[in-house]
Amino acid sequence: MAERERSQTPPFGGVFMPHARIMTADDMGRAVRRMSHEIIERNHGLEEIVVVGLQTGGVPVAERLVATLEDIDGLRPPLGMLDVALHRDDIGIRPVVPEATTDLPADLDGKIVILVDDVLFTGRTIRAALDAVCDFGRPRAVQLAVMVDRGHRELPIRPDFVGKNLPTRRDEVVDVHGDGVDLGVMQK
Amino acid sequence: MSAAAEKETSDGTLEVADPGALGRHLLGIDGMDRSTLEDVLELTDAFAEIGRRPIPRVPALRGRTLATVFFENSTRTRMSFETAARRLSADTISFASGSSSLSKGESLRDTVEVVSSYGVDAMVVRHPMAGTAHRVAEWTDAAVVNAGDGCHEHPTQALLDCYTLRDHRGSLDGMRIAIVGDVRNSRVARSNVLAFNALGAEVVLVAPATLLPPGVGGWPVVVAHELDPLLADLDAIYLLRIQRERITEGLIPSIREFATDFGLTATRTAQLREDALILHPGPTNPGVEISGEAAADPRSVILDQVANGVSVRMAVLFLLLGSGRSASGDVGPVVDQVDREVKR
Repeated sequence: MAERERSQTPPFGGVFMPHARIMTADDMGRAVRRMSHEIIERNHGLEEIVVVGLQTGGVPVAERLVATLEDIDGLRPPLGMLDVALHRDDIGIRPVVPEATTDLPADLDGKIVILVDDVLFTGRTIRAALDAVCDFGRPRAVQLAVMVDRGHRELPIRPDFVGKNLPTRRDEVVDVHGDGVDLGVMQK
Repeated sequence: MSAAAEKETSDGTLEVADPGALGRHLLGIDGMDRSTLEDVLELTDAFAEIGRRPIPRVPALRGRTLATVFFENSTRTRMSFETAARRLSADTISFASGSSSLSKGESLRDTVEVVSSYGVDAMVVRHPMAGTAHRVAEWTDAAVVNAGDGCHEHPTQALLDCYTLRDHRGSLDGMRIAIVGDVRNSRVARSNVLAFNALGAEVVLVAPATLLPPGVGGWPVVVAHELDPLLADLDAIYLLRIQRERITEGLIPSIREFATDFGLTATRTAQLREDALILHPGPTNPGVEISGEAAADPRSVILDQVANGVSVRMAVLFLLLGSGRSASGDVGPVVDQVDREVKR
């Protein structure tokens, strides 16, 4: 699904050509474990936590995070997913992927929402996600966990939990998948 | 028009990710292929979810304006479009022929040009003459949605009916659907025959010969003049509204006789299969084409049709307006910026 999203986002088409493996699957596993410990530490447990993966790339990361949180703490926090396509300020530039569904656990009022995405770039997705979350209730706090923070922020947004800080050029593409994280470019 | 074909326009500007396959307007089901219809229905799922949120509104079409221009009475179509537009944060203005300068002799073209000059991005048009929406599309820069033109087409009704059937059955493939009643004067029947057929359903038109259109031989349908032998074999029965004027036109002897022969009475409802679906585009004439018992039957999905109408129209408006176009045909500022970035 992430693949389809990318193919419909400028620059259109092209093939992803990786030039460096940034994280292996093991590295990702360790990063998820560390972030899980940080989440539990920061929030003194998991009682109030709701984990929300952002469609499409954030959902698999959120699933791993929830599994690891349960493994460490014994409590499985509710997992939701959120598609922010219709809340974006650049609608039409990014595609609306019909399979990317929004499914949030009933009530976010008073909860601590952990937004999870694969790559943090301009921050526009997160801005849209904050708007969308507010339509579903009034969380006590919203925190942000990302697998890769690649810089180039265009809005005053920072992550709370980061798998890896990765300095990139603007035209590079970061691909987070099941076997690791690759840095590359799109080639026509 | 496919999304892929639209990416680079002739002057080299970037036509950004058109998420679906509608062109500039939605004038009819005629000419839409199966994959286009499926794209719209698939996208509708995403919009149906928004309707179930505590605050059922997204900012997708903020700053866009929708005008409903109705030269014929309507409750649900107009309200449905306006609700859809508001759920997408678009503004709505409306024109109703009854309270307008039409009575002072204003022509259709004048009306369209005046409404256009308010800077509308989309115009939803209903008119008693077939082909009006097509003409209107030539006179305005706005995206035009046909909300019924005479007895020609009513595409969003067909889309919402397909969505309702698909929602209950998963797919229309192989379904046997009877469309019963005043087919001759029904734009809903025309659009639905095309859409049901394109999506793989078998359509049976059931009506007295006087209520069938002249060219029905060329339609992809089976024609029947009796309802009773078909009942046990239908996946869905679609009742059309019968208008009382049809008696004075001599097309049916009496409302009562029509109801006896073709109405979905309680007796006929009992003969329908356990999993059959009952549809009606509304407003119903209780006791004529559909009995109160049939409308209230658990197999009736008439209220689902109304609710789905909003979701389908959200998808349609989003496809027509949600890809960086504005009333002048220019792309918006955000798109210009991305355009530069992409070209650099």
